[in-house]
Amino acid sequence: MSTPVSHQPTLQPIVKEYYTFAEPPAEITLESGARLGPVTLAYETFGNLNAARDNAILVAHAFSGDSHAAGHYTTDSEGEKPGWWNFMIGPGKGIDTDKYFVVCPNILGSCMGSTGPSSINPATGKPYGLNFPMMTIGDIVTTQKTLVDHLGIKRLHGVIGGSVGGMQVLEWCVRYPEFVRAAVAIATTMRHSALAIAFNEIARQAIMADPNWNKGNYYGSNKPDLGLAVARMVGHVTYLSDQAMRRKFGRKLQDKETFSFGFDGDFQIESYLRHQGSKFVNRFDANSVLYITKASDYFDVVDRMGRIEGPGNNTREKTKHLVISYTSDWLYPTYQAKELVQTLKRSGQDVSFCEIEADCGHDAFLIPDERLTTLIRGFFDGLS
Amino acid sequence: MVSPETDNIRFDLRIIASTIKPGSRVLDLGCGNGDLLAWLAVNKKVIGTGIEQDKKKAAACIARGLSVLQGDLNQEVDDYPDCSFDYVILSQTLQQVFEPARLLYSLARIGRKVIVSFPNFSHYSIRLQLLLKGIAPKNDQLPYSWYDSPNIRVITLKDFRKFARDVGYNILKEIAISSDPASNEGRIIRKFTNIRAAYGIYIIEKIRTS
Repeated sequence: MSTPVSHQPTLQPIVKEYYTFAEPPAEITLESGARLGPVTLAYETFGNLNAARDNAILVAHAFSGDSHAAGHYTTDSEGEKPGWWNFMIGPGKGIDTDKYFVVCPNILGSCMGSTGPSSINPATGKPYGLNFPMMTIGDIVTTQKTLVDHLGIKRLHGVIGGSVGGMQVLEWCVRYPEFVRAAVAIATTMRHSALAIAFNEIARQAIMADPNWNKGNYYGSNKPDLGLAVARMVGHVTYLSDQAMRRKFGRKLQDKETFSFGFDGDFQIESYLRHQGSKFVNRFDANSVLYITKASDYFDVVDRMGRIEGPGNNTREKTKHLVISYTSDWLYPTYQAKELVQTLKRSGQDVSFCEIEADCGHDAFLIPDERLTTLIRGFFDGLS
Repeated sequence: MVSPETDNIRFDLRIIASTIKPGSRVLDLGCGNGDLLAWLAVNKKVIGTGIEQDKKKAAACIARGLSVLQGDLNQEVDDYPDCSFDYVILSQTLQQVFEPARLLYSLARIGRKVIVSFPNFSHYSIRLQLLLKGIAPKNDQLPYSWYDSPNIRVITLKDFRKFARDVGYNILKEIAISSDPASNEGRIIRKFTNIRAAYGIYIIEKIRTS
């Protein structure tokens, strides 16, 4: 063997699992009033549920994420990338799988194994497309609760997530306060600003303007790849920051010394965004982008957040909250995290807050950072 | 559990800790690395919250299991409802506050009792320095020069008593101490406090007319 033997304990190989419920006629009723069923949630688990069934941590993924939060699949070939939060989840890591049973479900409306617009509509035998009912962050969380109950979890030790994952965390806190011991909301907001809605709308318009989109009915034919790629490019810019883009790309040219005086793409940032766009097209469904962006635009937890009550007046039983923001996040800037903290303080909740200095923008929570790991480890372990 | 490492906390913080009733709700302003809060959590089972401006220190507090908000204490205190805490602690920070009267008003609103401590600028060594050398005070407790000192308010025990009387606070307890910042040791001063004490610790409450 030429490679050194690693003594770092690693996760057991992971298998993506599925839970299907709400079989007709027992469909679930969504917030919009529409009925949906059957519902399948894809999920992955890491670590073991203890005998008291109270050591589970639910990891809520961001808008385009999936259930593959850490480790490798049993089917992974050599060199395959591990899950999206591999630096955070595992034996001895920030979310320690030797202590906690970690569950990461793919959200309703997505296309990574859970029911969404690309799933087969049992009524027609064809993919839903735009016949998929509009779902909300609330619907995402209630279906997660059904899964958590199915897994036999008595009470969640924690719920954690960044961005749209953070919205799910907040939704858990207002819907099931008695069920959540600790909640970590990272780089998120109680509701979208006009700026955030604006970027989502540009992404949606890019998709809908693609002739292949065909009012959402494109399954089995050419997909709106160009529109979806542009949507991702816009999204990606909002996940970065001015500083990070200056540091990484500046005005550097891609594989050339001088301008081409054309539109082939001269700058590195252009080629980077094109690459991100085309990579996304291969893994994500355009209609899922429409549904999930709309759900995050509708999300508004301000009023309910101000009214959450724990069980009784016993402060020790209340959910412990940790809010984390990043200095260079311009999608959900620190002032929005502070509004959340303020609301929690006013309603007498137990809340910690820390802004982390980082120049990588909104997506900073996806980049390995010992400060974030240490914070989260201490926060979850600090619950007596 | 909150991680301990709290055995050897500063003398003035030990005095403050000794005045707090078990199981209280406590807000510690400028909580630093959270030594006092951790000690109170372990030994007095208090429900504690801290506010700390420094990001690294705030993160260290959260990482040891404490509830701490990173931010400016002058703004953070405004968000709490009346009487949210049994004790609000402002330890050795009053002399660095731009609007001390406004801040104390807020603290007495959100806390039933306020514990405030500050360096006593009428200590005899400071008086002598000014009298004999003619220079602004600088010593182990106050290691700054006039141009880089965060201590923008010059307070004495006598000043604080007068302030409390004028503004309408009951002084429930006054503890004058001298302490050695290097060794964490110190003692309580009982006589001629305004001259001999290095620090004053006051427990005050708002006179609430019913």
